[in-house]
Amino acid sequence: MKQLRITLWIVVAIAAALFALFAYQLSQPKDDFVRSAMVGQQLPEFDLEPAFADRPGLSSADFANGEPALLNLFGSWCIPCRVEAPQLDALERQGATIHAVALRDREEDVARFLEIYGNPFTRIGRDDISETQFALGASGVPETFVIDGSGRITYQHIGIVTESDVPLLLEELRKAGSGS
Amino acid sequence: MIPEIGLAALWLAAALAALQLLAGFIGARHDNAEIASLARPAALLQAILCGVAFLCLLYVFAVTDLSVKLVATNSHSMKPMIFKLSGAWGNHEGSMLLWITVMAIAGGAIALIERRLPEKTMMATLSAQSFVGLGFYAFLLIASNPFERLTEIPPEGNGLNPLLQDVGLAFHPPTLYIGYVGLSIAFSFALGALLTRNVTPDFARVMRPWVLAAWIFLTIGITAGSYWAYYELGWGGWWFWDPVENASLMPWLAATALLHSASVLAARDALRTWTIMLGVIAFSMSMVGTFLVRSGILTSVHAFAVDPQRGSFILALLVLYIGGALVLFALRASTIAEGERFSVMSREGALVVNNVGLSAILGVVLIGTLYPLFTEAFDVRVSVGPPYFNPVSAIFFLPMMLVLMVGPLLRWKSDNAGRIMKPLALIGAVMLTVLIRSLFYEDIGLLPFLGLVLAAGVAVASVAPLFGRSLRRTPLAIWGMCVAHLGIAVAMFGMAADTAFQKERLVAANVGDIVEVGPWTGQLDTVNAVAGPNWTAMQANLTMSYEGGPGQEAHPQSRNFWTPVMETSEVALLTRWNGQLYVAVGNQGQDGRWQLRLWWKPFVTFIWYGGLLIALGGALALVGRVASDLRRRRHADEEDMEDELAEATA
Repeated sequence: MKQLRITLWIVVAIAAALFALFAYQLSQPKDDFVRSAMVGQQLPEFDLEPAFADRPGLSSADFANGEPALLNLFGSWCIPCRVEAPQLDALERQGATIHAVALRDREEDVARFLEIYGNPFTRIGRDDISETQFALGASGVPETFVIDGSGRITYQHIGIVTESDVPLLLEELRKAGSGS
Repeated sequence: MIPEIGLAALWLAAALAALQLLAGFIGARHDNAEIASLARPAALLQAILCGVAFLCLLYVFAVTDLSVKLVATNSHSMKPMIFKLSGAWGNHEGSMLLWITVMAIAGGAIALIERRLPEKTMMATLSAQSFVGLGFYAFLLIASNPFERLTEIPPEGNGLNPLLQDVGLAFHPPTLYIGYVGLSIAFSFALGALLTRNVTPDFARVMRPWVLAAWIFLTIGITAGSYWAYYELGWGGWWFWDPVENASLMPWLAATALLHSASVLAARDALRTWTIMLGVIAFSMSMVGTFLVRSGILTSVHAFAVDPQRGSFILALLVLYIGGALVLFALRASTIAEGERFSVMSREGALVVNNVGLSAILGVVLIGTLYPLFTEAFDVRVSVGPPYFNPVSAIFFLPMMLVLMVGPLLRWKSDNAGRIMKPLALIGAVMLTVLIRSLFYEDIGLLPFLGLVLAAGVAVASVAPLFGRSLRRTPLAIWGMCVAHLGIAVAMFGMAADTAFQKERLVAANVGDIVEVGPWTGQLDTVNAVAGPNWTAMQANLTMSYEGGPGQEAHPQSRNFWTPVMETSEVALLTRWNGQLYVAVGNQGQDGRWQLRLWWKPFVTFIWYGGLLIALGGALALVGRVASDLRRRRHADEEDMEDELAEATA
C-alpha cells in the first residue's frame, strides 16, 4: 500500500512537471522556424557565377567591403518570392544594398522574373545545386540575411519579407553598420 | 436576436452547472435529500439549454448571419449548405461550444437514466461532472464567445478552409468530440467513486456502457480521420503520427484499456485502483490532446490562429482538473480496499497484459508527441516521426497481440493451458502457414512481415471463443468482443499488406501517354478544366484497367478554391475488393506534361474496414449490455411487485 502511494505521488509529480513545461513553452515567444547556426558567424566561402547577364556574380569576398548588405535567396520558380519582390524594391529605394543568390534556376527564367517583378539586386550569383544555400544554413526560399561590413552574418529573416519587416530589416542593417 | 438567445442559454446553463455542483456536493456530503434532488433536474435542463445554444449557432451559420464575428470569419454565403452547417464547428469557438454541448448532454443523460449506483456516489459524480463543465463554460464565455457580434457588418465572409470542405470531414469533428467528451463521464464516475469510497463491481458495470459508447464514437472518428487524411491530403499515407492524430489516439488507447480493466472489475472485483486511474487518465488525455492542438505549442509549422490567452486558459483547466484528480487519487487510493487476487494464467492475467501493453503504447505516443516540446526548452529542435513511433510501439503491440490470441479463451481466476491446447494448435498452425508463405515475399520489411503473421493468428483466435458454443445462445457481449478483435486482425492485415506490397509511380505524362503501376495499365485521355460552386479545377481523365480487364475511369483533380484561396488535391480512387488504385494529379510542367502520382495499394481498405469492425464490435457489446441491464431491471421490478403482492395478501 505504501509503495502504491509513493507511485501515485510520483505520477502527480510527473504531471506537475509536464504542466510546468507546458506553461514555460506557452510563455515563450513562438518562432516557427529553424534558425541557422550560422548567425553570428563569418559567411561561408563561396564564389558564384552570374545568374543574369546584366549583373555580376557573387562571392563571399564581395561582402567584406566595410558596408553592411542584405543577401536574399530566391528562385524564379518560387511563388512567395514574387510576393516579397515589392518589399525588396522598397528596401533598395531606402538605401539598402541587396545581393542575391538564385537557386536552381535558368538564366532566361531569372531574366523574366526580374523583368516582371523588378530588380533590386546589385549582384546575383547562381547556385545550381543549393550548395551555398545549405552552407548558409537556410532551410528554404525566400530567406534574407543581414551581413555586416566584415562578412559576418548578423541576422536571418526566414520567409517572405512583408511590409512590416521592411523597417525591421533596415534597423538590422543599421545595427550591422554601426558594428554592434 | 438568435445569437443573443444562444448566449443567454449558455449563461443560464453555466449557472445551472454551478447549482448542480453545489446540490450534488451537499447531497453527497450531508445526506440532504431535498437539496440533492435539485442536481438531476439541473443537469437535464443544462443539457437542453446547451442544445438550444448549439442550434442557435447552427442557425446563424445556415443563414450566414455576417453580423456574427464567427460566421464572418469562417463562412461564406456561396458555400453549399452542408459546409455552412459544418462551418459551425470547424473553428475554435464553435468546436468548444460543441464540446460543452456534448458534455452537458452526457451529464444530462446520466442524470436521467442512471439509478443503479448508491445515490451518494451518483451525487458526487454529477457534482464532479458539473465541476469540469464549469471550467469549460468559463473558457467559452470569457475567452471564446461564439456569438460575438461585429459592429460593422462585412459584405461577405472569409470562407472555410477548403481542406475541411468535405462531406466526410463535416461529420468527423462531432464524432470525435462525442468520443472525447463522452469520456468525461468516466472521469466523473471515477471521481464520484473516489470521493464516496465506493469502488465496487457495480460501479464498473454502471460506468462500462458509457465508456463503451464514447469509445465507439472515438473509434469511428479516428478511422474516418485516417481515411480523410488518406484521400484529402493526396500523399497516399493513412497515419502520419501527427500531433493532432496522436491527440485522438491517446484517449482511445486509455479508453480501450479502461474498457478491459472495467470488465475485470465488473466480473471479478479486481483491479480497483487501476480502473479508477484509467478513468481519470482517459479524459485527461482528451483534455491534454485538446490543449496541445488548440494552444498551438506543438503545431508550430502549421500554426493558425493560435492565441496564447486560450492556451493559458486551457492549461489552467488542465492543472485544475487533471492535477486535482491525481492528487485526490493519491490521497484516497490507499483507502480503496485491495481487490480479489488471481493467477497469471487466467483471463484477468491476460487482461492485465493488455492493460500494460496499451498503457505502454500510450506512454510511447505521449513521450513521442511531447519530446519536441521538451527539447525545445533547451533550444534543440527535433521532429519525431514514424522511425520512432512504429518500432517502439510495435515492441509493446506485438506481445499484446500474442496475448490477445490466448486471453479470451482462458477462464477467470485461474486456468491451465492444457484445456485450450486445441484452439491454440489451430492458431499456431495458421500462423506457421502464413509465416512460411510470407518468407517468399522479398523485401517486405520486418514489421509488415510480423503484421501479416500476427493478423492471421489474431483473425483465427478472435473467433475461437465461439468454437463449441451454441451461436444462438452466445451473449451479444461475447459476439462484440469477437467482432472487435477480428477488426484488429483485419486492420493489421491492411496496414501490413499496404506497407509491404504497395507500388508507387510518379510520372510526367502527355495526353495520350500510357501509364502503369503494379497490375494497372491505362492512359491519360484528356485534361480539362471543371468548375464547382466555390472552386475551379484541372481534371485529368484516365482510363485504367486492372490486369487487362475492362477500363475504368479515374478523374483526379487539382482544385483551386477562391474563398479563401487555396490549392487542394482531389485524388481519384478506384476500389477493388483487394485494394485501391490511388491517382493524384499535380501541376503542368513547363514541357506541357502533367505530373501524375499513382499508387497501387493492395488491401489498404482493410485498415478502415477493420476500424469499423472494431466499432461494430463495441456497438454489439453495448446493445448486449444495455439489453441485459434492462432485463435485470424488469426482473427486479417484477420481484418488487411480487413482494408487494405478497405483502398485500399477507
